[in-house]
Amino acid sequence: MSEQVGTITWISGPVVRARGSRNVGMLELVEVGADRLVGEVIGLEGDQITVQVYEETAGMQTGAPIYGTGLPLSVELGPGLIQSIYDGVQRPLPLIEEAMGSFIQRGARFDSISREKKWKFTPKVKTGDEVKGGVILGTVMETETFEHRIMLNPDDSGTITWIAPVGEYTVDEPIAKLRMGKEEKSVTMLQRWPVRRARPFVNRRGANTPLITGQRILDTFFPVAKGGAAGIPGPFGSGKTVTQHSIAKYADAEVIVYIGCGERGNEMTEVLQEFPHLVDPRTGRPLMERTVLIANTSNMPVAAREASIYTGITIAEYYRDMGYHVALMADSTSRWAEALREVSGRLEEMPAEEGYPAYLAGRLAEFYERAGYVNNLNGSQGSVSIVGAVSPPGGDFSEPVTQHTKRYIRCFWALDKSLASARHFPAINWLDSYSEYIEDVAAWWREKVGKDWLSMRNRAMELLSEESRLSQIVKLVGPDALPYTERMILETTRLIREGILQQNATEAVDAYSSIEKQIRLLELVLYFHERGMAIVKRGAPINLIHDLPVVDTIIRAKSTITNEEMHKFDDIQKQIDQQMGRLDAEYRS
Amino acid sequence: MSEITVQGGQEVLGVRRIEGPIIVVEGAANVSYDEVVEIQDPRGELRRGRVLEVGEGFAVVQVFSGSTGLSIDGTRVRFLGGTLHIPVAEEMLGRIFDGLGSPIDGGPEPLTDRYMDVNGLPINPTARIYPRDYIQTGISTIDGVNTLLRGQKLPLFSGAGMPHDQLAAQIVRQATLGKVAGAPQTEGEEFAIVFAAMGVKNDVADYFRRSFTESGALTRVAMFLNLADDPPVERIVTPRAALTLAEYLAYEREMHVLVVLTDMTNYGEALRQISNVRGEVPSRKGYPGYLYSDLASMYERTGRIRTSKGSITQIPILTMPNDDITHPMPDLTGYITEGQIVLGRELNFAGIYPPVAVLPSLSRLMKDGIGKNRTRDDHPRWGAQLYAAYAKTQDVRALASVIGEEELTEVDQKYLQFGRAFEREFVNQSFTENRTIERTLEIGWKLLSMLPKQELTRVTLDEIAQYYKGEDASS
Repeated sequence: MSEQVGTITWISGPVVRARGSRNVGMLELVEVGADRLVGEVIGLEGDQITVQVYEETAGMQTGAPIYGTGLPLSVELGPGLIQSIYDGVQRPLPLIEEAMGSFIQRGARFDSISREKKWKFTPKVKTGDEVKGGVILGTVMETETFEHRIMLNPDDSGTITWIAPVGEYTVDEPIAKLRMGKEEKSVTMLQRWPVRRARPFVNRRGANTPLITGQRILDTFFPVAKGGAAGIPGPFGSGKTVTQHSIAKYADAEVIVYIGCGERGNEMTEVLQEFPHLVDPRTGRPLMERTVLIANTSNMPVAAREASIYTGITIAEYYRDMGYHVALMADSTSRWAEALREVSGRLEEMPAEEGYPAYLAGRLAEFYERAGYVNNLNGSQGSVSIVGAVSPPGGDFSEPVTQHTKRYIRCFWALDKSLASARHFPAINWLDSYSEYIEDVAAWWREKVGKDWLSMRNRAMELLSEESRLSQIVKLVGPDALPYTERMILETTRLIREGILQQNATEAVDAYSSIEKQIRLLELVLYFHERGMAIVKRGAPINLIHDLPVVDTIIRAKSTITNEEMHKFDDIQKQIDQQMGRLDAEYRS
Repeated sequence: MSEITVQGGQEVLGVRRIEGPIIVVEGAANVSYDEVVEIQDPRGELRRGRVLEVGEGFAVVQVFSGSTGLSIDGTRVRFLGGTLHIPVAEEMLGRIFDGLGSPIDGGPEPLTDRYMDVNGLPINPTARIYPRDYIQTGISTIDGVNTLLRGQKLPLFSGAGMPHDQLAAQIVRQATLGKVAGAPQTEGEEFAIVFAAMGVKNDVADYFRRSFTESGALTRVAMFLNLADDPPVERIVTPRAALTLAEYLAYEREMHVLVVLTDMTNYGEALRQISNVRGEVPSRKGYPGYLYSDLASMYERTGRIRTSKGSITQIPILTMPNDDITHPMPDLTGYITEGQIVLGRELNFAGIYPPVAVLPSLSRLMKDGIGKNRTRDDHPRWGAQLYAAYAKTQDVRALASVIGEEELTEVDQKYLQFGRAFEREFVNQSFTENRTIERTLEIGWKLLSMLPKQELTRVTLDEIAQYYKGEDASS
């Protein structure tokens, strides 16, 4: 399968040039040097082959051979992906540890999916069925609760001539035979798919169901739809990773693909050690049983970092094709862009902005466009939602990666250093962030919660932007100069900021807010505002409102009232009525 | 030195081009990428270098000690056939080495047959242990609100003229494993300090040496010195040599190793110099596009692994040019490290030591090393409350500077008092003061008690009942 196609003539970091065959394909997977390191052809000119190598090239010599495989860089798809942790080119890290110890050495070759493990296969088609690509041939329980649907490769179609009976099979044993024209082909549970090619679907559906994350500032204020794309840009220390982790834990997706792309080793370890012990509220099973991890930490080879994003999105699309909702976190897309820049620099390509190659925007578009809520080939519906972190240098959002990302996402969660410094978390700035899905998901809220979320949300945003205007004045002349009605707005927005927007990811009660709790909190705060405003308009001094004991109760409600104790919010409403009622009576006369 | 110190390799006579610390060598076959070379100058003296790029019949070589005195004709280059390795041994503790790992204290070469590649290998994330053991440094601004854990990388961001060296020395001297309150780090567990200096003045290296001597730790310290007047290119290797020894001590000898790297800004400049000479496409401020990956390849050599009881904790020090935290060096460092301790110019002017600017400082791992069964139950919320209150103080100060203190509301005036006391009593402590975590928490509560109760929304009502000592404590 692999024959020598060239001889190395030049080496610089992860980029290698060789001279040899003119039959090597663009983006073909090759093996480089005596250690047969994995690489991918990224340039061809005459008999010169340019390769990016996914492993450390130190010690590699000119004159060494490179071998062709005839295949593009692909991932293996099949049961066993869930709960796995892979590097950027889908090598299983636990097996590497077993074979090589605590440090990753070069030349590791392992199957991405275990060939030994047997899965209980239940067929869903019969002999004689005409099938098309993507059709579900049968099912396997990948975890105790997760059904993995074995699909026909999207490129194949034909007549089933044999289907395996219920039984235990490994991923490379045939489970069906298919007649395609004159040929008969055996089908296994294992598929290979080129990572740079999006998996096909019939068409896109509208993205109008929100991806519920349990994070109030996201769900209530800046929702992302299932099948949508969101970006989280922020300077270091502003909480990108914590937000990504919270979404990975609580998002109402059936499968989570988490890509640690050029980030910290300890963070991946944290996910690995924490997720098996956290319970998925929907299934009651460990969170790890819906998670696939791709870890290409910052000290792992830079070219594999570039590949990791594609490896992740291809796995996500595979589960989407089964009819599942998949959420993909990429932390951080800036490191991926830097990997592009590094390889581009070694190739001495003409740089565009800040040294990034001119095709940066195109690559970002290709990636984000692989998100979507779609009708699958097999008639089911599934979605891939992408949440990409962006790490702008110096926190400056005008840099190329942030700017280009903004063109391809519809939801922007801008993290703010000054909020983070004040330990206001999630440090998402409500004035700089936006979501274009708000109108799209409003119908869902009406149907699901039965309340007018949209107008409440807009009312709260109106108050917050009013606050920003008023605080400019306060900075110049002090709060005493404002009329009581405007100071009432400041009282309410404090409740919104501290009681709703702030959310503590490390505290059990507060970490996840059900949508019912979210909307109820918002309703209470706005109710407080209307009542307070009425009283203040009658001339009551603002400090009477400020000193009401219920203010503290509302601020603490997020962490004192669990998602199951919704009735307690009625008590708070009663307290508002009582305390405000007294003031109201006093100033009515 | 004798003429030929290493056996094997191929010798080539044929330098084509010399530019800065870079030479291009012709006529070499089968050169490896990153291979070590030995260069003999026309006077017969040997220098070391390594291969940065190889092509057909040529190799680009970086000469560690610079190219001064090399000539096109009289220079011989010997390719040694392997990447740069340094000897590692426990006996290296108590010794002083140059930036490439050769002894400069007059002692013999370390006696060992264990040589390790200075580039190291990436730790497999599945092999790591997530850091959870907190290190008590006795400094309130660290223990209280930016807790350091074993296996963490926590840099000091400083500026010229600020006491970052003193602070690092104080941390090294006072660090104990906090879990067993008061027990010194040495008890029952071996510790070591690896110190690497890149381009710092001799005084700085001397200061650390004195401070290690005074604390009696000198025999546990290995120092790698590349001083300001040493060849800049050597600086590329210095932190890697130091970390290679640290890895050996931590993962093979099971020691707890604290690595101090100073000053990373000088390292970055050396890297930039090489990159510029090679004509690479620069990204920000002339630094190469791979600066992030390059820094990560050092900072990520921190942590704990499952097969060893040892650990590596890293405290890189870097001076921010012009105190600019968005400069590529602190910026990219902050994206890799697990937080940062930032020193503030204004506090320093106000005579506060250590001048830790609390608001921009952060320890990412803090949440996992504090709280119930580790420090104290209220610690996380107490810390968040102090932060929130001090952040509010800044707003109030800005307001006061416009409308005057007298015009502030009563509550805001209390914030002003809180802010002053926070800086004087919590941040400020002497170079020799070693506070327990209990003491730090106590000071914090005392300060919070200066504020009205309803301002304290980050701590629970129970905690207020237990620790709050303010005027309206009874109401």
